[in-house]
Amino acid sequence: MTGKQINVALIGNPNTGKTSVFNQLTGLNQKVGNYPGITVEKKEGLCKLPRGLKAHIIDLPGTYSLNASSLDENVVIELLLNKNDKDYPDVAVVVSDVENLKRNLLLFTQIKDLGIPTILVINMADRMERKGISLDIDILEERLKTKIALVSARKRIGIDKLKELIINYRTIPIEPCVNASVIDPDYFGNLRKTFPKQSIYKLWLVITQDVNFGNINRKEIDKTSGFNTKSSSELKRLQQKETIHRYQFINGVLKETLRVDTNAAKDLRSRLDRVLTHKVWGYVIFFAILLLIFQAIYDWSSYPMDLIDGAFASLSELAKANLPKGAFTSLIAEGIIPGLGGIVIFIPQIAFLFLFISILEETGYMSRVVFLMDRIMRRFGLSGKSVVPLVSGTACAIPAVMATRNIENWKERLITILVVPFTTCSARLPVYLIIIALVIPDETFLGFNLQGLMLMFLYLLGFGTAIFSAWILNGILKIKNKSYFVIEMPNYKLPLLKNIGINVVEKTKSFVFGAGKIILAISIILWVLASYGPGDDFNNAEEIIRENYTEQNVPKEELEQEIASYKLKHSYIGIMGRGIEPVVAPLGYDWKIGIAIISSFAAREVFVGTLATIYSVGSDEEETIKNRMAAETNPILGGPLFTLASGISLLLFYAFAMQCMSTLAIVKKETNSWKWPILQLVIMSAFAYLVALIAFQFLK
Amino acid sequence: MKVTVAHLKRGERGIIKEFSADNVPLKLLEMGCLPGNEVELVQTAPFKDPMYLNINGSHLAIRKETALQIEIELIK
Repeated sequence: MTGKQINVALIGNPNTGKTSVFNQLTGLNQKVGNYPGITVEKKEGLCKLPRGLKAHIIDLPGTYSLNASSLDENVVIELLLNKNDKDYPDVAVVVSDVENLKRNLLLFTQIKDLGIPTILVINMADRMERKGISLDIDILEERLKTKIALVSARKRIGIDKLKELIINYRTIPIEPCVNASVIDPDYFGNLRKTFPKQSIYKLWLVITQDVNFGNINRKEIDKTSGFNTKSSSELKRLQQKETIHRYQFINGVLKETLRVDTNAAKDLRSRLDRVLTHKVWGYVIFFAILLLIFQAIYDWSSYPMDLIDGAFASLSELAKANLPKGAFTSLIAEGIIPGLGGIVIFIPQIAFLFLFISILEETGYMSRVVFLMDRIMRRFGLSGKSVVPLVSGTACAIPAVMATRNIENWKERLITILVVPFTTCSARLPVYLIIIALVIPDETFLGFNLQGLMLMFLYLLGFGTAIFSAWILNGILKIKNKSYFVIEMPNYKLPLLKNIGINVVEKTKSFVFGAGKIILAISIILWVLASYGPGDDFNNAEEIIRENYTEQNVPKEELEQEIASYKLKHSYIGIMGRGIEPVVAPLGYDWKIGIAIISSFAAREVFVGTLATIYSVGSDEEETIKNRMAAETNPILGGPLFTLASGISLLLFYAFAMQCMSTLAIVKKETNSWKWPILQLVIMSAFAYLVALIAFQFLK
Repeated sequence: MKVTVAHLKRGERGIIKEFSADNVPLKLLEMGCLPGNEVELVQTAPFKDPMYLNINGSHLAIRKETALQIEIELIK
């Protein structure tokens, strides 16, 4: 065994502090990836054990049982049934919460049936005294045929004992503690006779689950002659019998070993719930918290964002000044550095959002929000669980789409995924800010700043459109679904700083490296398209312009600007832009905005950067771009290009259009089909075009 | 009349009787909603939907449509 890592799988119900145990075992020595082909988060880490040993720990998604009802839960059984998987555990560690031991043990007895050495962690042991709970660990170990570690992950108690148990995993008995086959002796007897070599419980899982596992295949079992298959409703009844049987065993065991002195249990939960889930106060508090989150995202994060903005602008200047002149320098200073800046600038907002979301989740408050909002959201075909994705959508649609995973009902989940991109994500913000500054007067109306009101209106518009289209989709989509909704209402807990910190860092990292790659690639492509062009018009731009201006005495700077914009007009991107001008002209845009819109289909935040490149301003400083934009004239109608009409039209276009490749990619992944992202792209963009067209034609 | 979880008033308790296997998700059973267990209505959202229950120490919320499927005997 020396030299070899011990493979450990952490398994447990949600809200048992499994992640805290994982964080205590691995520290920052962990990595978050995806399971191949699906977007379920895969968390793994390394743990140093005494005597120079090491453990590879995999934190499996939380599940209430081995009867999977979601993609996340499938991952758990798929790993546990496939002995050939490289992560197949040498030892399983089931994490339970001392206050919910009965429910948590259900999963434990199932895991125990798989023939894997299984350690039971009883977490939150520090609460036992306060809650008047006493346990007879010796008898419990004997009855469950396992080793138990009493742990308090928050207080770092018992972790060393757990490590010790992991090292000695070979001494843990592997026989089951419940005999599940008594629920239908004939059926299981038959199963054993037909497949003498397989573990009966594994076969049973394969039969009752809708997934395929490594080397055992459900169809093969069904086809085997002489074996009586059962209808799905019969199977479901058997699963219920199994659950009841397991609970009977657990009740018997806990009667011998668990004592709860109810007088000692002072209930903070019921006092908090009386306020937080109150029919009036519950909502008031929820909206107050939402306001606080918005305040943090838009106000507090503006300080670090300004710093980042300034830093990248000076970095770009620095590169221009110090590197030798040429294409390479220009790529770095005008393509790569602003491109990187465009990614880094969103870090403060995303970090703030996930800070709040993980605090709300850690404390147990998020379940209360789901409870409060379910009825209201259901009217629109959504679920209470859609609230979190819709709120997250105001930062970025990508994590929001991923956050829909815990919605069990497929129709509600699909609708949530489809409408989330309407909410005003942070990438729309720079576009909104610059256009609003340009076309909405900086005046007050009834004591409110008009520009601020416009911004608020755009947020409400995004949210309203999301809800409204959910309502329409709910009527259109014909998806048969067994609707059920069960959520656990966990105990309130003080959030653990370490868990929140790790979560914020992980989520921010996945944005920077996921979406960031695309944004950077687009900025480089844009730079190439704008810096090169076909034919004489592009290559001889300098001579052509100089010739035109020979007679007049033009200042050198103006001449250079003329050359730059002539070049741009005849570059590849200029040709593309002029090609689509007839399409965007009815909306009040010229070919330059057309290009910015095209490049925005990769990511909206590229808009401002593209205009900066196109207007050859050379720096990303907002004032400068704004002044340049204000000076533009409309090629067809004459007069300034950015009027109230074209500005509103542009704002509405950005509010509705599906302009984000990363979101489309994640929707494809989550829905496992190109049908939905393509529908999103076509319908949202067509709607955006129509609304922008109507707005411009009415207002001009 | 059949008495179900949906008929409970806040603070009232009942004992769960048999229920039809096809109408109640397995997950609910796994979370402790089993025949013979005691159920208490802790809190309801507006229009009594969803309902926040305490079943034998397990706290969970279900929609009214599911609550209507679980027959109980009221504890007076």
